[in-house]
Amino acid sequence: MLEIRNLTVKIAEDDKTIIDGLSLTVKDGEVAAIMGPNGSGKSTLSYAIAGKEDYEIVEGEVLLDGKNILEMAADERAAKGLFLAFQYPIEIPGVATMTFLKAAMNAQRKKRGEGELSTPDFMRTVRAGAEKLQVPMDMLKRGLNVGFSGGEKKRMEILQMALLAPTFGILDETDSGLDIDALRIVADGVNALRDPKRGFLVITHYQRLLDYIRPDTVHVMARGKIVRSGGPELALELEKNGYRDYVSEAA
Amino acid sequence: MGAHPREITKAEHDLAAMFARTEATEVARDAFALFSTMGLPHRRVEAWHYTDLRAKLGDIAPLAKAPSAELVGQVASELDAASVSAARIVFVDGRFVAGASRLSALPAGVRVGESDAVPVWPEVARDEPTIALNAAFAPSATVIEIAAGADVVAPIEIYSYVTAAAQTYARILVRVGAGVRATIVETHDGEGAGAHQKNSALIFEIGDDARVEHIARHVDESAEATHVASFAATLGARAQLDSFALVAGGALTRRQLYVRFDGDHARVGLRGAALLRGNQHCDTTLVVDHAALDCESRERFKHIVEDEATGVYQGKVIVRPGAQKTDGAMKSDAILLSESARMHNKPELEIFADDVVCGHGATVGALDDEQLFYLRARGLPKAEAETLLLEAFAGEVIEAVRDETMQEALRADAQAWLSERHS
Ligand SMILES: Nc1ncnc2c1ncn2[C@@H]1O[C@H](COP(=O)(O)OP(=O)(O)OP(=O)(O)O)[C@@H](O)[C@H]1O
Ligand SMILES: [Mg+2]
Repeated sequence: MLEIRNLTVKIAEDDKTIIDGLSLTVKDGEVAAIMGPNGSGKSTLSYAIAGKEDYEIVEGEVLLDGKNILEMAADERAAKGLFLAFQYPIEIPGVATMTFLKAAMNAQRKKRGEGELSTPDFMRTVRAGAEKLQVPMDMLKRGLNVGFSGGEKKRMEILQMALLAPTFGILDETDSGLDIDALRIVADGVNALRDPKRGFLVITHYQRLLDYIRPDTVHVMARGKIVRSGGPELALELEKNGYRDYVSEAA
Repeated sequence: MGAHPREITKAEHDLAAMFARTEATEVARDAFALFSTMGLPHRRVEAWHYTDLRAKLGDIAPLAKAPSAELVGQVASELDAASVSAARIVFVDGRFVAGASRLSALPAGVRVGESDAVPVWPEVARDEPTIALNAAFAPSATVIEIAAGADVVAPIEIYSYVTAAAQTYARILVRVGAGVRATIVETHDGEGAGAHQKNSALIFEIGDDARVEHIARHVDESAEATHVASFAATLGARAQLDSFALVAGGALTRRQLYVRFDGDHARVGLRGAALLRGNQHCDTTLVVDHAALDCESRERFKHIVEDEATGVYQGKVIVRPGAQKTDGAMKSDAILLSESARMHNKPELEIFADDVVCGHGATVGALDDEQLFYLRARGLPKAEAETLLLEAFAGEVIEAVRDETMQEALRADAQAWLSERHS
């Protein structure tokens, strides 16, 4: 379960408040969708939860399974079961994707007190996961995300999520850049991970993704706050009317 | 203001006194006379601007003694374990020692001999005082002759082993016959030798169509060592030279490289990585001289600098009038891992022909925060994430090494250096 309580976040450099007293709870097994205009702070929220250091937490708490994670380093949060699928996955030339996957899986296992994966076990797990997401194996030999197309990068994010099996997943616009077939593949990948013990926060601009990944709750974010919450019907309403009701509130 | 008498430093004075006591050959006497007119290089000499050898060289260590039979035996047995290659040419304290070498393992057509007649200046490196010093003090020049037609499969290793805190001078000339393919590994080992001072010169004459890979390992070097390493090469037509150096050891390492294309359609790749910490200072200064048609040169250097260490890269590519179709690209990248780490980059192009493609670039920066965050968000602890990124950074040049065994060995060297960062 993820509980965000009255979270206020600034850009460390320029004293600008981006997240403004935001509260939101996502229960185990729940898929919560966040929609909101460009620049409303969705990615900032996901980075702040994941532990990016450019942000200053002014106040509030983020609890993962009851424990405040804001004091933890990003890798500790990951080891505790948090996963962020990036809106813009980072390219890392010279680090082979396979090497990275193995290092990541073993690092988390180590933190949890489990032994290292054997190479055959690792290969088997990766091969099975890659097949489901239709990620060709020779892509995994290349530098991490280097030269991957937009859609390939997003599939790689979901492959990583499947391999790391987090207890909570945040998907930041995973649908953007995906073609129609890839959207379905990725959504199937996410749905396969749905579990009564696992929650998801799905950030998206489009109703279409939510046709595939059916959310339990939908939240509208504007100016760093959740300004409205509802069920799946809220997404349909936004699709029709846009954000004008929420933007005008600001004026 | 006119010329005024140079002030002689204590080090220069000591060198003169030591030279007077040696049994010098004619070449050596000429060399020392040339050195004396120039003296030790200092920061007002352009090529030494970032490495003031005159200021840095305090006391001159005594000249190394010829190794005893006992020492030779000891080195020979130690090297059986440490050396990367069966075919081995060993220098102990600056002197070529057949008894510690494995000359029998050299392929047919490869000969090792000594000569007192190798001129002071390699053809491509004149007026460099440290090279004159090398010619003045080297007991003799060792000549490695690789005849055309020689079938050199495994690397030939030149192993330079220093056992005492002394000055050592080795002078090696490698003649590579037409069409030969060979890998030459140059290993510097002085781990137990304290503050020793080494001056080495490796001179290549590469024949037409030959293809040479040279790999220098400055890794198992004493933490207090000073090493001035000169590398000079001339290439015949269609020849290819790839040289790679890994510097991780030593207190002060100066690598100076001079390469000239004498024949058309030849190619050169000069690459290297330096991993520096503590107060280490590593200076790579090179000149590539395009004096022929349609030649290609690549210079690619990477520095990882931590603590108070300093990296220097100075590269000059000259394209002579008439050296049309020259293709040159030079790049130096550095990652600084601390506030007080330093990197000086000075790439230069001197182009006197019009139909050429030449470029250069240099970057100095920190590790990329976005990349670090991405890795950490996947559960990699900071140290491990940094190691992965630094390994990739150095790996980008190491992967250009063609000899696979050496490439692996160099990767292992880099990994060992990185793993010491967090221990
Ligand atoms: N490092 C930063 N420095 C300055 N401003 C920033 C920084 N990061 C985010 N911002 C600003 O914070 C606001 C929120 O950005 P954020 O990326 O969180 O929006 P978003 O809701 O994810 O938008 P989108 O739908 O376009 O992805 C924007 O105005 C953005 O310019
Ligand atoms: Mg965003």
